Amino acid sequence: MGNVIEIKNSLSQISHNESEEEVLVNVESLSKKFCKDLKTSLWYGVKDLVTGISGNKNERELRPKEFWAVKDISFKLRRGECLGLIGHNGAGKSTLLKILNGLINPDAGKVTVNGRVGALIELGAGFNPILTGRENIYNNGAVLGFTRKEISEKFDEIVAFAELEEFIDMPVQHYSSGMKVRLGFAIAAQMEPDVLIIDEVLAVGDVGFKIKCYNKISEISTKCAMIFVSHSMPQIARICTDCILMTHGVPKLFFGDVGKAIEAYDSSFSNREQINTISDFFSVSEIKVNGETVLNDNKQIQINFGDSVNVYFELSFFKEYNFEDILFSLVVTDKSQRAIAIAEKQFKAKNKMNNGVFSFNAHLEEMNLTGSVYSLTLNVVEFKSNGLRNVLGRVLYFAELLVQGKKQESYAPIVLNSTWK
Amino acid sequence: METRVYQKENNLNVWKLLKASVSDMFSSRFLATQLAVRDIKAQYRQSYLGIIWVFITPLTTAFIWIFLNSSGTIRLTDTGVPYPVYAFSGTLLWAIIKESINTPIGSTNSARSIITKINFPKEALIVSGVFKLLFNSSVKILLLIIFIFVYGIGFHWSLLWLPLTVLAAVVFGITIGLFLTPIGMLYRDIEKLINFTLGFLMYATPVVYAIPASGIMKTIMVWNPFTPFILTTRDLALGLHPEYLTYYAVLLICCIPLLSLGLVFYRISIPIIVERMSA
Repeated sequence: MGNVIEIKNSLSQISHNESEEEVLVNVESLSKKFCKDLKTSLWYGVKDLVTGISGNKNERELRPKEFWAVKDISFKLRRGECLGLIGHNGAGKSTLLKILNGLINPDAGKVTVNGRVGALIELGAGFNPILTGRENIYNNGAVLGFTRKEISEKFDEIVAFAELEEFIDMPVQHYSSGMKVRLGFAIAAQMEPDVLIIDEVLAVGDVGFKIKCYNKISEISTKCAMIFVSHSMPQIARICTDCILMTHGVPKLFFGDVGKAIEAYDSSFSNREQINTISDFFSVSEIKVNGETVLNDNKQIQINFGDSVNVYFELSFFKEYNFEDILFSLVVTDKSQRAIAIAEKQFKAKNKMNNGVFSFNAHLEEMNLTGSVYSLTLNVVEFKSNGLRNVLGRVLYFAELLVQGKKQESYAPIVLNSTWK
Repeated sequence: METRVYQKENNLNVWKLLKASVSDMFSSRFLATQLAVRDIKAQYRQSYLGIIWVFITPLTTAFIWIFLNSSGTIRLTDTGVPYPVYAFSGTLLWAIIKESINTPIGSTNSARSIITKINFPKEALIVSGVFKLLFNSSVKILLLIIFIFVYGIGFHWSLLWLPLTVLAAVVFGITIGLFLTPIGMLYRDIEKLINFTLGFLMYATPVVYAIPASGIMKTIMVWNPFTPFILTTRDLALGLHPEYLTYYAVLLICCIPLLSLGLVFYRISIPIIVERMSA
């Protein structure tokens, strides 16, 4: 008998899990237009008010000075999934979020949202600067849909999370911008939404608090469907399971492959970094990457995952200084200019210097980088025997590496060589 | 679990919209109170004179007229009650109506920063505006009652009608305001135009002087829909016999469906307005 009951329980558990995979957000061929000109926009607003009364079932077409801010986007999102929305500024990400949040209506298509929606769009919106933190917690909580009882219950938790115990009875106008964001997040984090919408809210705030916030978001995200807008690819990589890359309102879906989406986003920026030599001590007379001269234009070098890269440099130093030890650092930076990998070597100058010309060859082995675009930078520093350090110069972005990555389930720029048992 | 559908077509069933609007008003009463308390507190925290600002304008207007009248600069027809009470009651009631008309547009406008970011029942803005209005109005009414006793008119049973007639005036003002709000959110001109028009309209309403016995001004003042609201409220407060009861009743009966329509219009309009506002 006991066994039967156990089986029944586990069965009900399975069906419970399945029901948790219900579609919470269903977007069907959604479009939204926007107007470029303020006065025209306001006038269209008046027209829309009038047609709004009669329902306005007509097909919406572009009027003069309008454009599609979001064009024909469709996706489904289930509980536990997190959709990253990426794209250049003005690609229509925030517009899409506003529609999903029910702030504005679409011009075509349909959005169905199941359950309670929580939106972290601007933290602390509606804070009154004159009032104290305590009073603002109640106000902001009320705007977010909490009852007085709920806020009172969660009050201590909010204050503790925001780490503002000392300042809670101080007017919010004396808070620093970071403190305001902390308080705003702490209140909003108390929501238990089924659908969570986040629009790059954590730009302010110190690192410690950011980490705390992202941990909280990760914690919430397992219980809800999440839509996350950010320009920070590491954050997208960390949180999202799926991605949509938007370009001028037109979406490109990357479901289950965030890495590919980030690669596509990175390479969508056509403006390449230019070679830039900053030095009072030398000029560059030759750079070769994998045998190709890249001196005059930072050619894109295509490599595959795991390939090695050979860098050859010829530096002509202006004067015969008595250089001692010279340290070269080759730095690999990603598209957001973060250094992600480094190789260094120190030489005795007198051994390598020939008529003021210094040449070296660096063989970078096994570039285990995931698919994206990376840049190479050279830093040159002199170390003197008396312990002084003298920066000789930098050669910025002398080459761009386009890496054909291999697919990873989760995204990170560097894949480690590993042995598993 | 609650399901929301967003698409281009608006649900045009007026009853459904109205029901949703009213239920949102009810469910967001805590938010409305909170917003009203926030604004009232913030208003007085940075001010020494505080509550005095609520009635200083109507009082000064009344003082000017009392002075003009008593100094003989202008000659007004007899109002049947001590002129100061007549003038005070007129300007205080006028201020209440004026504030009511401005309330929906004002409270929606001041919430710009949240309506573009957070989805909450927007009806709460209207309700919180009404709360603030009632708070300010009760201060004015209290003052009016003080005048009634100071000038020896004393207590009448009809004085008990005062809260209700003031409420009726508020409803009348809010109804007008609701219809102007959507367009007023788009163009700043509307707010200015309202106050500009009301400035003139005061002189076509028996606020500081009675309706003349004949002439074009008489016709205008008799047909002016603001007239019955001012007169009935004043007559009941001062223990006089209210004259314009029929017109008053007709207007009040019209107000109820119009107010409902105004709420529906407001509800439909908000997304359209948010779309046109900066983030």
